[in-house]
Amino acid sequence: MIGIIDYDAGNLMSVRNSLRYLGFDCVVSDKPNALSECEKLILPGVGAFPSAMTKLNERGLDEFIIKSVDKGIPLLGICLGMQVLFEVGNEVDRASGLGLLKGEVRLIETKYKLPHIGWNSLEIRNAECELLNNVQNNSYMYFVHSYMCECFEPSDIVAIADYGEPITAIVQKGNVFGCQFHPEKSSDIGLKIYENYAKSKM
Amino acid sequence: MLAKRIIPCLDVHEGRVVKGVNFLNLRDAGDPVELAKFYSAQGADEIVFLDITATHEERKTVADVVERTAEEVFVPLCVGGGIRAVQDFHLLLRAGADKIAINSAAVRTPSLIAQAAEKFGSQCVVLAVDAKAKANGGWEVYLNGGRLSTGIDLIEWVTKAENLGAGEILLTSMDTDGTKQGFDLDMLREVCKTVKIPVIASGGCGSLEHFADVFRKTDCDAALAASLFHYGELTIGEVKTYLNNEGIEVRK
Repeated sequence: MIGIIDYDAGNLMSVRNSLRYLGFDCVVSDKPNALSECEKLILPGVGAFPSAMTKLNERGLDEFIIKSVDKGIPLLGICLGMQVLFEVGNEVDRASGLGLLKGEVRLIETKYKLPHIGWNSLEIRNAECELLNNVQNNSYMYFVHSYMCECFEPSDIVAIADYGEPITAIVQKGNVFGCQFHPEKSSDIGLKIYENYAKSKM
Repeated sequence: MLAKRIIPCLDVHEGRVVKGVNFLNLRDAGDPVELAKFYSAQGADEIVFLDITATHEERKTVADVVERTAEEVFVPLCVGGGIRAVQDFHLLLRAGADKIAINSAAVRTPSLIAQAAEKFGSQCVVLAVDAKAKANGGWEVYLNGGRLSTGIDLIEWVTKAENLGAGEILLTSMDTDGTKQGFDLDMLREVCKTVKIPVIASGGCGSLEHFADVFRKTDCDAALAASLFHYGELTIGEVKTYLNNEGIEVRK
């Protein structure tokens, strides 16, 4: 069973639809109790960093996520759900994140249009990552964001996308994974990432 | 780098796709879900549903279409037509839409752009604009499919909408729409120069070359077409192969 953490993020149902379409059991909940039996967790996200942290905190989900990761439960953050895995966000106000990954979230510095909206190709840095089984280099994924994760530990970076500066696209540190793009909106290849996550032997 | 997007637009009336669709290999070519799946499989980068009935009851019908589509189609879905209030955004986003296109309501109540952007994020607020060239230069915003003149200048309007928080602009030229003589490059170029948000070109596309033109000669991020795809004159796959051969980056 995969637990989808509900904190009012916009893409919740799309994530659930993808997993159902692939035939994986999942539960959507904002209650730590209901999620505590799950073998894997997904933290979706659309919105702004500080309000996401507030909503996680109000539901006791921040503590639940950190404890689950400590116990070895795999966690996959999507878009804003990946950004809050880092130590600090700078969207609207400077705010603390979950601190599971070393780094900061900041505005993309590019000569191109912001937000970064559309299909961009992955440049794979670590093909060993389980999320990338049968995912080719240069696969296109759907991105929608203006802020990006600046990883302080380069070895956590699994893939980047070029948008005038290298955008952290996939990260992994042990059982903590993150995708800046939306696999649930990235057609077959995006679904492959969820399938890989669901099947991973972590 | 970011790929240029190719977007089919489906006109939906009472839960059914209208405009002659004649794909033989579909079980039900009038079913928006079937058609969205078909286009997604061809490589559509996004799908737009334009609700052309847009009564209050119809909003629920479209929400149902979106919900069923989102269960099987995994590319971004944009819904437009008759959106009047923040509640419409809520209903359709919850049903599974990723973006909502607003046109007349934004002209009548510009603050709707700001309200929706604040509540749901700019990324889901698409400003749809229909415009026509003015006799003395520049372009004017029209409503009701080009029938109702507003007196509003296009460039002033898109600037205002961007400042209010619109995340993208879907720009249709009433002068080129339906002509198949190519996109309105002058108008698109001018709007792209004015705003920093992505612009989707619409109206007038009739050939492969027109797609290449709009991406070479303007800074548009995406091109939308309807009947060209529905009548099977071109497939999305053909457009993408052509653009790729022309050195224009598209998602393969």
